[in-house]
Amino acid sequence: MKERLIQAVLFICGLFAVVALALITVFIFQAGAPLVARIGLADFLFNANWDPTAKKPSFGIFAMLVGSIWLTAGALLIGVPLGLAVTVFMTDLAPVRLVTIMRPAIQLLAGIPSVIYGFIGLTLLAPLVRRLFGGPGLSVLTGAIVLGVMILPTVISISEDSIRAVPVALRQGALALGATRWQMLSRIVLPAAKSGIVASVILGMGRALGETMAVIMMIGNSLNLPGSVLDAATTLTSNIGLEMAYASGQHREALFATGVVLFVLIMALNSITNAFVKRNRSGRRA
Amino acid sequence: MTPRRVQSAVFVVIWLAALLTLLTLAVIIGAIIVRGLPMVSLEFLTRAPEDLGRQGGILPTIAGTVLLGVIALIIAVPVGVGAAIYLTEYTREGRLTAIIRFGTESLAGVPSIIFGLFGFIFFVTTLKMGWSILAGALTLAVMVLPTIIRTTEEAILTVPYSYRDTGYSLGATRWEMVRTTVLPTALPGIVTGIILAFGRAVSETAAVIFTAGTALNLPTSLFSPVRTMAVHFYILAVEGISLDKAYATGTVLILTILAINVVANILVRRVSRKVGR
Repeated sequence: MKERLIQAVLFICGLFAVVALALITVFIFQAGAPLVARIGLADFLFNANWDPTAKKPSFGIFAMLVGSIWLTAGALLIGVPLGLAVTVFMTDLAPVRLVTIMRPAIQLLAGIPSVIYGFIGLTLLAPLVRRLFGGPGLSVLTGAIVLGVMILPTVISISEDSIRAVPVALRQGALALGATRWQMLSRIVLPAAKSGIVASVILGMGRALGETMAVIMMIGNSLNLPGSVLDAATTLTSNIGLEMAYASGQHREALFATGVVLFVLIMALNSITNAFVKRNRSGRRA
Repeated sequence: MTPRRVQSAVFVVIWLAALLTLLTLAVIIGAIIVRGLPMVSLEFLTRAPEDLGRQGGILPTIAGTVLLGVIALIIAVPVGVGAAIYLTEYTREGRLTAIIRFGTESLAGVPSIIFGLFGFIFFVTTLKMGWSILAGALTLAVMVLPTIIRTTEEAILTVPYSYRDTGYSLGATRWEMVRTTVLPTALPGIVTGIILAFGRAVSETAAVIFTAGTALNLPTSLFSPVRTMAVHFYILAVEGISLDKAYATGTVLILTILAINVVANILVRRVSRKVGR
């Protein structure tokens, strides 16, 4: 009897995460979807005019969508090559003692609050970008560089797992055929770990897309469409973060609607990652 | 170029990338601490802020951070550990566990601003908690739940099957076996997960600013609004209130995260030594 009860309680604990996810979905949609339904999805997504407090308010998130895409792409361009290089360093190049330094360092990189990253972007990198390349400094470029560093831990931890999972026999086979270590890595090991690496990139993409506070501090928060990476911009997340503090009525609805768009994008990325990781797992079993 | 030459060139680049990463970490921490540490004193930690934070200390924000983190964990740890026990000890992999795993993994990928929106519309508005410790802690609890489930699961999976067989052969029921054998053995791993979850709660901004508020007073009840250290740091920096105080607050924030990571690492090392034996 007692056993039954305990099993039931544990089962309910197990359901909590699912219930929470369902609640989040329902409440965010409930708060944001009606506005999208009123003004039409196409107008909401592809109109670049965001003027929520005007007498005749306009709610178009195109500028934010573009900003998010630029910033995320930039973060990946910086974070993925760097992250993969560090991963290969840790799995294949580094002396053991250095690995024992790298690992906690990367863990620490993951633990540093995003407001600290944003502050570094604001106080150190933005002035540097302004001096070197011109423009306002607070820009897509500044944001992308810092976000690139912020997604490193995600990229590294997932791709490290998948590179370490490549069977030793594959490595030995390549070396026995006379390949250099780099030939072995680039032609055998990395392709074999491909699905895990792709998963790490998609997870990194999700992190970059969802980051808010750091982005607010670095990107300049301009509602204009960015013309170059040196321009200020705004993103889906940063606009929510900035305007939620004072929004009400329709304006708040529009911010929740922006949240819906973000949530849908993130869930799509999650699903793709899950599919990749699953294929990876079943591939390993075979 | 011969393959050997290519290899040398590539390996140099990879070494540089690794050093660049370490250097970046050092710059981030150094830039804050070098300017902030001289301004951190016992007085700064134990006094209330004055004039929006231009003067005085950060005591209420420390209280707010600790309260939010601890209460979030009090809510999330039993649920998360329970969920992990259910997934590892009480059920076979099937459709049900697939759904639970999907929920957990998706929740882990949800950005904190979405948690902030959800916490605001659900806890603050719908359940009428207002901006409060309780609303903030509940939001954080949902947010750190996947971390706790995952680390607990991993800790439980390292417990050797022979331990379980011994428990059963002595006539223990499943729960007796879990309680007396699996959980004590997995405890250091579980504690590590809890510490890391606390770190996430400490560093969080977007999810707490819209649920716990930005009030600078010392909290008096679960329904008081509070401002955490991270939120205070953000407001000081972005609203240009005081750069000096921002550096000082950032230093306390970084040292806290540093301490949390060191403790977690010591625990992990102890666990892996035990498993290695």
